[in-house]
Amino acid sequence: MSDLQEGRSGRPNRSDESTTQSPDEETQLPSRRRKVAGRLIRNRLALLGSGIVLALVLTALFAPYIAPYDPVEQDYAALEQPPSLEHPFGTDTLGRDVFSRVVFGAKYAVFLGLVIVGFEMLLGVTLGLVAGYYGGMVESVIMRVVDVALSIPGVVLALAIAGMLGGGLIPLVIAISLVGWRGFTRLVRGDVKGVMEEEYIDAAKGAGVSDARLIVQHILPNVASSIIVYATLTIPTVILWAAGLSFLGMGVSPPTPEWGALIANGRGEIDDAWWISTFPGLAIMVTVIGFNVLGDGLRDALDPRQSEL
Amino acid sequence: MLKYIIRRLLVMVPVVLGVTVVISTLIYLSPGNPAQIALGQNANPEAVARLEQQMGLNKPPHLRYVDWLTQALQGNLGRSLETGTPVTDLIVERLPATLELAFASLAIMLVIALPLGVVSAVRQYSWVDNASMLFAIFWLSMPSFWLALILLLLFAVHWDFFPISGRAGALLSVTALSYLVLPAIANGARRAGLLTRMMRSSMLEILNKDYIRTAKGKGIGQRSVIYSHGMRNAMIPIVTLLGLQVPSLISSSVIVEVVFAWPGMGRLLVDAVLRRDYPVVQGVTLMYAVIVIVANLLVDIAYSYLDPQISYD
Repeated sequence: MSDLQEGRSGRPNRSDESTTQSPDEETQLPSRRRKVAGRLIRNRLALLGSGIVLALVLTALFAPYIAPYDPVEQDYAALEQPPSLEHPFGTDTLGRDVFSRVVFGAKYAVFLGLVIVGFEMLLGVTLGLVAGYYGGMVESVIMRVVDVALSIPGVVLALAIAGMLGGGLIPLVIAISLVGWRGFTRLVRGDVKGVMEEEYIDAAKGAGVSDARLIVQHILPNVASSIIVYATLTIPTVILWAAGLSFLGMGVSPPTPEWGALIANGRGEIDDAWWISTFPGLAIMVTVIGFNVLGDGLRDALDPRQSEL
Repeated sequence: MLKYIIRRLLVMVPVVLGVTVVISTLIYLSPGNPAQIALGQNANPEAVARLEQQMGLNKPPHLRYVDWLTQALQGNLGRSLETGTPVTDLIVERLPATLELAFASLAIMLVIALPLGVVSAVRQYSWVDNASMLFAIFWLSMPSFWLALILLLLFAVHWDFFPISGRAGALLSVTALSYLVLPAIANGARRAGLLTRMMRSSMLEILNKDYIRTAKGKGIGQRSVIYSHGMRNAMIPIVTLLGLQVPSLISSSVIVEVVFAWPGMGRLLVDAVLRRDYPVVQGVTLMYAVIVIVANLLVDIAYSYLDPQISYD
C-alpha cells in the first residue's frame, strides 16, 4: 500500500531499485516537493501566473455572485452603452451587460480547458505509455498513427470535426480532444523509453511485477512531471482553439457567454461599440498569459537545468 | 543523399494514405446526405435517389473510399456540392493567396523575433531581456482573431491606413501590399512571440559553449563573436523550427482569412464546413496535410545539409 501511495506521488526521476519504500526516501520526497515549491514561489512570473489562474478559477466558481447582472438578460433601454460605473464593460447590441457575460465566460474557459486537456491526457498518455513500454510492433503502429494524425494541421482537423458534427459544446470538446492527444503520446513515449533504461525496471520485472502495475506505479510517476508541465502549457492552447472555433460559429453558440462567441457577437459593431469584442478578448489574453507563465515556472521548478536558458 | 530522399519519399506514401483514410472516415461519419445538400432541402426524393446513385453514396464505405482515392490520384477531388466547380480548381485558385499570407507572416516573424531573441540572449537578465520576454509572452497569448479585429478597428476603421478587407490580386503593387499588411501581422504575431523565446534560448545555449569562450579569449570583438560564431550555430535549430512553422502559419491563417475576407484556402474550408460541402472539406483538408508532409520532408533535407553530423543512413 505504501508503494501505491508513493507511486502516485508524482515524484520524477525516481531511480530506486526496490519496490518498497525506505525511511530515507520518505524524508526525501517532501524535501524535493519543498524545493520545487520554493523555486516556484521565488519565480515572480510564475507567482503572477498562479494568481491569474486562481482568480480565473474563483471567478468561474463564484460567477453568479460576482456578475452584477444576468448574463443573458436583455435590456432594451440600455443598448450598446459604452463602459460606465453601472456597466464597467458596457452593454452589447441586445443590452446585455458585457462584464457579467465575461465573468460567466470564465466558467466555459475553465470547463473547456480542464475537460479537453483531461481527455487529451487520457488518450495521449495511455497510448504513450503503451508504446514506450511494449515497444516493437505495438509502438510502430501507435507512432505511425501519431505521424498520420500530426500530418493534418490541428486547427484544420479540429475545425473539420467540430463543423461536421454540427457545432456546439460536445462537438467542440470531441474535436479538440481528438486533435490534442498526439503531443501527449509523443512526449510520454519518449520519456518512458528513457525510464525503461533504468535498472530498477529490470529489477521490478525480475521480481515478477505485472506490466500494468509496473506502468502505473513505477513508470507513470517518473514521467508525471513532464506530463504536468505539458498539460499546463496545453490548457492555454485549448482555450485559444475553443474560442477560435466558437468565434467561427463551430463551437459554443450564442447566447451562451463563451469568450470566442462574445467576440464574434461584437464583430459587426467593432467600429461603434468596440467594448463588446475588446473585453472578452482581453479576458482570453490574460487567462492565456496566466497559464503560459505558470507552465514556464513549473517547467523551471521541476527541471532547474532548463531555467538557465 | 539521393537514396535518403527516395527513402523519405517512400515513407511518405503510407502517411498520405493514412491521412486520406482519416479524412474519408470523418466525411463518412458526418451527418447529412450529400445528394440532398447538393439539390437543396426541397428537392424531389426521386432526384435525390438518382444523384445518390450517381455519386456512389449507396456503396459501402470502403468502396466509396477506393473510388475517391482512384479519382484523387488522377487529380480529381470531386466537385463542390454548392457550385459544381471542381475542387481542384477551387484549391488552385485559393492556394496562392494562402501561401502569400503565410510567407508575409513569416517575414514579419523573422523581422521581429530574430533581433529581439539575439539581443535578449546577449544581454541576459537586463531590462532589454525582460522587456522582450514580456513582449513575447504578450504576443504568444493573444488570440489571432481578436488581434485581427483590434488591428482592423485601429488601422483600417479609425485611422484608415490600410484597406478593411479583401485582396487586390498578386503582390505586384503597393495597393496589393497594403491589403496584406494587417492579415500578416495578425497571423504572424503569436509565432513571433514563440520564435523570440526560441531564438533567445538557442543563442544562450551557443553563447555558453567552450568555443565561444575561446573566441572571446583570443580577443575577437564581441560583434564578431555574436554574429560569426554565435548566430550561425544558433540558426541550425531555428531553421528547422522555421521550416516547421511554415505549414503551421498556413493552417493558422484560417481564422485570420475569415476576419479579413482574405480569399485563401482557409476561408474556402470554413465556408465549406458551414455549408457541409463535403468534397471541398475533404479536398482542402487533404491539401493542408500534403503541405505539412512536404514541408517536413524539405526541412529534413535542409537540416541534413546544414548539419553534417546527421547521417543519411
